[in-house]
Amino acid sequence: MIRITRSAVLGAPVEQVWPLLRDFGGWHAWHAGLASSQVDRGAADAVGAVRRLRLRTGEHLREQLIALSDREMSGTWCLIEASNPLDPYVATLRLRRVTHGDCCFLEWRLQADGPLSRQSAAERFLGETLCDPAIAGLQGRFRSASLLSAGEKVDHVQREADEGSGRAAKFARPPIRPLGAPSLPSEEGIRPASHTGDQVMNSLAVVVERHGGPEVLRTTRVTVPPPGPGEVRLRHAFIGVNMIDVHGRAGEFGLGSLPAVPGMEGAGTIVDVGPGVAHLRAGDRVAYAGRPPGAYAEARSLPAAIAVPLPPDLDARMAAASLLKGITADLLLHDVHPLQPGELVLVHAAAGGLGLVLCGWAKALGATVIGVVSRDSKVDAAAAAGCAAVIVSSREDVAQAVREMTGGRGVDVVFDAIGRATFEASLASLAPSGHLVSFGQVSGRVSAGDVDRLASRSIRISSPNFAEFVDTPDTLRRRADRLFAILRTGRVRPVIDSVWPLPQAAEAHRRLESRDTIGSVLLSPEIG
Amino acid sequence: LPQVYQSRVIEAPVAAVWSVIRDFNDLPNWTPFVAESRIEGNAPPDQIGCIRAFRLKDGGRIRERLLALSDYEFSQTYSILESPMGVENYIATLRLIPVTAGGQTFAEWSAEFDCPPERETALVDQIGRNVFQAGLAALADRFKSTGHR
Repeated sequence: MIRITRSAVLGAPVEQVWPLLRDFGGWHAWHAGLASSQVDRGAADAVGAVRRLRLRTGEHLREQLIALSDREMSGTWCLIEASNPLDPYVATLRLRRVTHGDCCFLEWRLQADGPLSRQSAAERFLGETLCDPAIAGLQGRFRSASLLSAGEKVDHVQREADEGSGRAAKFARPPIRPLGAPSLPSEEGIRPASHTGDQVMNSLAVVVERHGGPEVLRTTRVTVPPPGPGEVRLRHAFIGVNMIDVHGRAGEFGLGSLPAVPGMEGAGTIVDVGPGVAHLRAGDRVAYAGRPPGAYAEARSLPAAIAVPLPPDLDARMAAASLLKGITADLLLHDVHPLQPGELVLVHAAAGGLGLVLCGWAKALGATVIGVVSRDSKVDAAAAAGCAAVIVSSREDVAQAVREMTGGRGVDVVFDAIGRATFEASLASLAPSGHLVSFGQVSGRVSAGDVDRLASRSIRISSPNFAEFVDTPDTLRRRADRLFAILRTGRVRPVIDSVWPLPQAAEAHRRLESRDTIGSVLLSPEIG
Repeated sequence: LPQVYQSRVIEAPVAAVWSVIRDFNDLPNWTPFVAESRIEGNAPPDQIGCIRAFRLKDGGRIRERLLALSDYEFSQTYSILESPMGVENYIATLRLIPVTAGGQTFAEWSAEFDCPPERETALVDQIGRNVFQAGLAALADRFKSTGHR
């Protein structure tokens, strides 16, 4: 017999938390261990409902809801099928009101049968893969103010935003919808009142017709058809220029077949919305980050699922400068390497657009950050972003400097977007059991090399893919909310290196590739 | 049936909180409203069925019977035999639940009783605020300065 009990204090009243928990098919929205969750058929709150869970660790489970009580705020479900050897279990989750304090209490009890021989493996799986990430996800979303240490103000602000009072209410959230539920209205052709018609818009756009250097970026006129089902059409105010655009232009990856319009990040105003888009309307200010490319244009259509409504206190320029970088920093610091207070962190390209966000956020989470910059002129920016120390790679040996600064120990984690040129220095900078997070390849692809040599110091290497971590609208929204919250605290301050008129995209790419930049490079169709 | 419910997070491990409230005869030590207490017939305070007779600081006298005590569930259930409040069939439970993520304690205190309908609101408010909430607040204060998180 296995019994697992977990309980936690969540920093929001039961009225806010219970709707999330009772949505049996929507747990992927908050459960940090779930890649997806979906109710097979019928209502998610019907006793007897069956849900399909895909875990981030790869397993699939099917669970059936066998009791649900809005009075007790409790639900009970059991396992009916699993992709891994797992004995049947019954789990109950219950929420209790805390009458004194702006929080509630969550209890999770799980009981499984099974032979003793499998007990510890099952316990580990059920506890660490199912329960703990659930608690962590909820705590991240509803951090209790009374448990905050000074370094964790972030989530407090997030909590206020979540409570939806006053200006925070403008964070109009899309309704939580189970994955796989139809996003189209039942009757074709019904469109929200904000839809302005079927006019094709003309737009200036920067197009890559063949792979090559910055000179292949050509400005041309394109037509932007009305948004299709699930899409929105928007007019850009600012467009983020990222290294991935450079890789796409050069033909390495990320742009697909040519001709194509590059760009994965932008901010602007919705012109009109396609059928089935419920959470956005014409006139909304939004930002987006991610695929499909196509941002280097005055106007474009894109899937509504990747557009995030901007809070009123965040301007479009700052949003375009920080959304892709901020969401990347969020997944790096919360998922790829869940950063612990007190950890020592090394960040390469610390004065770049992403680097500055990463340094500030890591420091806000209680880590001590060592930045690496390419030249002396960038030291001040990295220090201002939160680096306790800055190494200048053009005149210092990075690994040696790290050793000296850490008394020979090395750092707990290295965030390396540079790739081949820094790989060896990154490995040599790590403490035993350290973690190298390799998430970019400005200098060329990294070869895995000889894995055995990592063993002597128990080194881990991660190579995360942005898309894996922003795979549902809810995940994206959660990450964006966390970003907006930390921007508001002032602990992360995106820096804008330069803003270029849209037709000067080639200049913007040259600037980014020069490695002279401090902060983000933007394009704007509204200047020049 | 009138019901009262109060709950609070206490910044201390459950064992520490339980050791304070477990003794059925120890209300004067941890609540702000009980002046003195004794167990009738010299029974041990953890004997199920024992009766505590105590005097409130405002002078009121109350007799309560221990109905259940669980060191496993960290809970205590009791009924009122006599009180100045004018309630009948009054049964209350004080219960602690450990918070595994954080190490604190969730404490809840609830009761059900019968009374004339016109007194229901006032009684629920009085018991909720002056007894349960005041007791839980005293517990919370007791552990506030010990450095537990």
